[in-house]
Amino acid sequence: MKPPVFDYYDPLTLEEALGVLDQYGDDAKVLAGGQSLMPLLNMRLARPGALVDLNKVSSLNYITVENGTVRVGAMARQRDVEVDPAVARSLPLLVEALHFVGHVQIRLRGTIGGSLAHADPAGELPALLVCLDGEVVAAGHHTAPRTIPARDLFVTYLTTSLRPAEILTEVRFPMPPPGTGSAFEELSRRHGDYALVGVAATVRLASDGSINDARIAFTGCGPIPTRAADAERYLEGGRPVDGLWERAADLAARDLEPDSDLHASGAYRKRVAAVLAARALRKAAARAAPPDRGRQQ
Amino acid sequence: MVNGQARELDVEVRKTLADALREDLALTGTHLGCEHGVCGACTVLVDGRPTRSCLMLAVQAHGHDIDTVESLGTPDHLHPLQQAFWEHHGLQCGFCTPGILMSALWFLRERPHPSREEIRELLSGHLCRCTGYLQIIEAIEAASGATGGRRQ
Repeated sequence: MKPPVFDYYDPLTLEEALGVLDQYGDDAKVLAGGQSLMPLLNMRLARPGALVDLNKVSSLNYITVENGTVRVGAMARQRDVEVDPAVARSLPLLVEALHFVGHVQIRLRGTIGGSLAHADPAGELPALLVCLDGEVVAAGHHTAPRTIPARDLFVTYLTTSLRPAEILTEVRFPMPPPGTGSAFEELSRRHGDYALVGVAATVRLASDGSINDARIAFTGCGPIPTRAADAERYLEGGRPVDGLWERAADLAARDLEPDSDLHASGAYRKRVAAVLAARALRKAAARAAPPDRGRQQ
Repeated sequence: MVNGQARELDVEVRKTLADALREDLALTGTHLGCEHGVCGACTVLVDGRPTRSCLMLAVQAHGHDIDTVESLGTPDHLHPLQQAFWEHHGLQCGFCTPGILMSALWFLRERPHPSREEIRELLSGHLCRCTGYLQIIEAIEAASGATGGRRQ
């Protein structure tokens, strides 16, 4: 269980990094926090010809909260985002989701960008990005950077729409409107394990207490995170009464076709998805504050 | 820097930090349990932060401060954490212990008076096959009293 031979580059700038990637095409892998890639190398499930280590590219490590968006450099450590006071104030859902990402020891080195680029089908951050309709910025050598919306980023298991010689440089999480409640629920066998099923939910209430809009995103239920569009439409304009969240959650889970694997059957995941979605919606609604009543969070 | 001393090594780029510590520096206190980041036995401090050394390349340590379990004390002068683990039977075979000690060292600096729940949360990143974790929790709790929040 030792990594295979590879060429190694540790550039100081993004441009240098892009230049190397451009040379190697799809035979190079970007090394960010290493918490996902290094296990693959150690088990020889990946055999890149070259590694491009971004840990010295300091320009990619930042956390900014402005203009209604939490903008995070791709190399920002998950733990640094998790404990950032501005993030906690502006986007508590991101902090809540990060609590479920591995263990603190993983999050101290793992990066936000790396997790998204890795696109684990049970990953929390991809589901969060999809829930919030976020986007990422991708840079290429001698090409203008492009933004990729969350709905276009995740293609299938461990696969994004990033091109081989592109680097994901920035992640943008839009902040929901003030007063929106949010919740992240997850089931795993042990705390810190990969999610069997995870749900990110937001609920915004109108001043009369009815639901302005709701969002539900699942992880662990297929090759990529998915939004429950039918359930979201069902909730719009609805009144938060007993049974509403369960009905919406059942609708949300109805179209899921989760895989069976050695951790859980597809049927179990589908059942759990409905339970967690109802819980997340209920929690999110309880945390929501209609416009005239001020923040209750 | 390793345990406060400047060290220079010539290694293959694919060599992990864990292997370099063990093989090139004979610091075998850092253990290999899984080599894919789930067991925590290889945990060392990198710039004071607990890191799975099996998931880091040795070359990535260049210019950084590495602390291994060997930095904690000597058999005659145990670190308060080691003393607490001894007194509270916080280890049996000892294989997972070095990683837990390094995690706990960082943790008690961040959280001098942790709750049991917080200690459990810390330990979720470490696998122990022997103890059932309860005495590890008690040892860390006792050490938090002993260090009294002082930086160690």
